[in-house]
Amino acid sequence: MLKISNLQARVESKEILRGINLEIKPGEIHAIMGPNGSGKSTLASVLAGREDYEVTGGTVEFNGKDLLELAPEERAAEGIFLAFQYPVEIPGVTTINFLKTAINQIRKYHEKEPLDAAQFLKLMKEKAKSVKIDDQLLRRSLNEGFSGGEKKRNEIFQMAMLEPSLGILDETDSGLDIDALKIVADGVNQLRSSDRSFIVVTHYQRLLDYIVPDFVHVLYKGRIVKSGTKELALELEEKGYDWIKSEADALEASMV
Amino acid sequence: MSFQNIQAQFEAEFENIQKKLNGQSGSDFNTIRKESFVKFKQLGIPTVKHEDWKYSNLKNLDKIQFSFNAKSNFSKSDLDALPFSSLEGISICFVNGVFSEQLSQLGNTPKIKVLTLEAAIEQIPNVIEKHYGSYIETEKEGLSALNNALSNSGSVIVIDENYVLESPIIIRYISDVKTADIAVNIHNLIVVGKHSEAKIVEIFQTEGEKTAFSNLVTEIFVDKDAIAHYYKIQDENDQSYHVGTTQVNQEDKSYFYSATITLNGGFVRNNLNLVLNGQYIDNHMYGLYIPNGKQHVDNHTLVDHKMPNCESNELYKGVLMDSSNGVFNGKIFVREDAQKTNAYQNCRNVITSDTASMNSKPQLEIWADDVKCSHGTTTGKLNDDAIFYMQSRGIPKPEAIRLQLVAFAEDVVSQIKIEELREMLDSMIENKLK
Ligand SMILES: Nc1ncnc2c1ncn2[C@@H]1O[C@H](COP(=O)(O)OP(=O)(O)OP(=O)(O)O)[C@@H](O)[C@H]1O
Ligand SMILES: [Mg+2]
Repeated sequence: MLKISNLQARVESKEILRGINLEIKPGEIHAIMGPNGSGKSTLASVLAGREDYEVTGGTVEFNGKDLLELAPEERAAEGIFLAFQYPVEIPGVTTINFLKTAINQIRKYHEKEPLDAAQFLKLMKEKAKSVKIDDQLLRRSLNEGFSGGEKKRNEIFQMAMLEPSLGILDETDSGLDIDALKIVADGVNQLRSSDRSFIVVTHYQRLLDYIVPDFVHVLYKGRIVKSGTKELALELEEKGYDWIKSEADALEASMV
Repeated sequence: MSFQNIQAQFEAEFENIQKKLNGQSGSDFNTIRKESFVKFKQLGIPTVKHEDWKYSNLKNLDKIQFSFNAKSNFSKSDLDALPFSSLEGISICFVNGVFSEQLSQLGNTPKIKVLTLEAAIEQIPNVIEKHYGSYIETEKEGLSALNNALSNSGSVIVIDENYVLESPIIIRYISDVKTADIAVNIHNLIVVGKHSEAKIVEIFQTEGEKTAFSNLVTEIFVDKDAIAHYYKIQDENDQSYHVGTTQVNQEDKSYFYSATITLNGGFVRNNLNLVLNGQYIDNHMYGLYIPNGKQHVDNHTLVDHKMPNCESNELYKGVLMDSSNGVFNGKIFVREDAQKTNAYQNCRNVITSDTASMNSKPQLEIWADDVKCSHGTTTGKLNDDAIFYMQSRGIPKPEAIRLQLVAFAEDVVSQIKIEELREMLDSMIENKLK
């Protein structure tokens, strides 16, 4: 599904991703953890196509296509979805209107007829129910004045609506109370299928109790320095990052 | 000296009008005309040295040879082909400054008068005497003085007391510039009587690609407890010059709600002046301009709070594309007696290209001490984060930009109380912001 090879990216003159390798097969869930500033959101943004980051090397293949060649909206249409760490407020555009445009643009990309208002509303009602999001919220300007938790839930709702083949969740769990966390996890688990994969960026083992990953990776200074199974997350929870950092720093020093 | 050519044209036209007057040259009306023309000659056409015209340069006007009262064969079917033609209501239409009966639907009743100036002078001389020319300031504005001197047409609309008129009154101005460059001077008067309510729509359109110079004055008198809605819609060609002053006088407890919407126009200067001549007055002024190409749109507003306990609210929004220019100048005066004034002003602009520009300037002068005033102006580009967010959901960049701009404009359009008009504007704005 997704194959990232030696991906390097920088912003202005600062190198942030310094050779990422990661392969995700259909149906898999990969958790990415790592200290603040290690490059997790950058990786997510580069995959979604943010132009601020300059890709300086490496390749990303997504379902047989060269992902880096595609515009962000084409990536979305091809099935990539990024749940933002900081969802953006868009005044004057309601979530409903926004999603209707998004869905129909994606349908257009696939040369499908647009959904009419009734079909769209039916779909929306169904999905809103599945992630327990209030109708009223969807009638408001997108994310404007939403609480932190509401914004995150709205991201999951959008993901449920767009049914991507690769969902990238960037700290969707942070700032959520325990009930909201369960709802978000439920939303993801409902979407789980043999042909849909997820990258879950998180700082907390807690989320991984609900969304059980197949693999856990640790990103540090722009590289994946350790990979393992869900037990790795438990170990990190217990021991912190210091042991990984010193291992990685020692390795890097020995290579210079 | 600047404007020699155009000034000479106006002088010739003034002589022309005077010659045709025969016996009436000594009337009160004509005395005011002559005085106004003297004033115009003193003041001239404003140059950029004039404080209020710093960013709006009329210099290219001087290159044009205008026809006055140019003949037109503009027909009903031509009108039907223009936007807004299906808007329902009482209507009065001017083509090249000349009243067109065929294109108007006057619908006079005992409570509503929609007349040409000529008819009004005959039928309601007392109203003309009391209000016509009573509010417009000609002492400082050369073009208003010129209007006073040269205007020989216009509409007079009077809503009697205690009457709520549901359907809008539409004043249409068509500049037929298929074959000639034309100049028109029109002066309107609108009186909304005590405890009455009316919705007035002014629509400016051009047919053809030559130049129209429209110099307009609309005086609006909003009597005690009256409510006036006033919408000025501009959709003129890129060669056009539009200089219009709407002069509003509000009495006790009256409401004035306006929206000035400039869809298109080569050079647009709108003056909206409100004099709050009573207590417990309320008003809302909205504006939207979406120039593209090399269009230039200048809005000057003035709210003069003279008495206590009044409120004014102002929101102007602009989307500036390509190499267009926008100007906003918002003056608020709060006189010494105008205690407990609330005055709010906000001007927000989005620039979508590196070559577009916006000059906005709030100008608050406050002599009273117990007042609440605020003002703000912002000019910026659309937020990249928001565009990327939308793209990441499958919406192509141009569509993401358009959606945001339309939403931005909607704040103003949504204030319009005529649903049909709102829908027409929405679709025209959506089209233009593509
Ligand atoms: N647009 C930018 N301009 C400058 N520096 C940036 C930019 N974006 C990211 N960085 C820097 O790149 C580094 C990686 O940031 P990133 O947001 O990817 O970290 P993260 O792993 O997601 O951290 P966190 O756990 O705090 O969310 C940080 O040092 C950050 O300051
Ligand atoms: Mg991050």
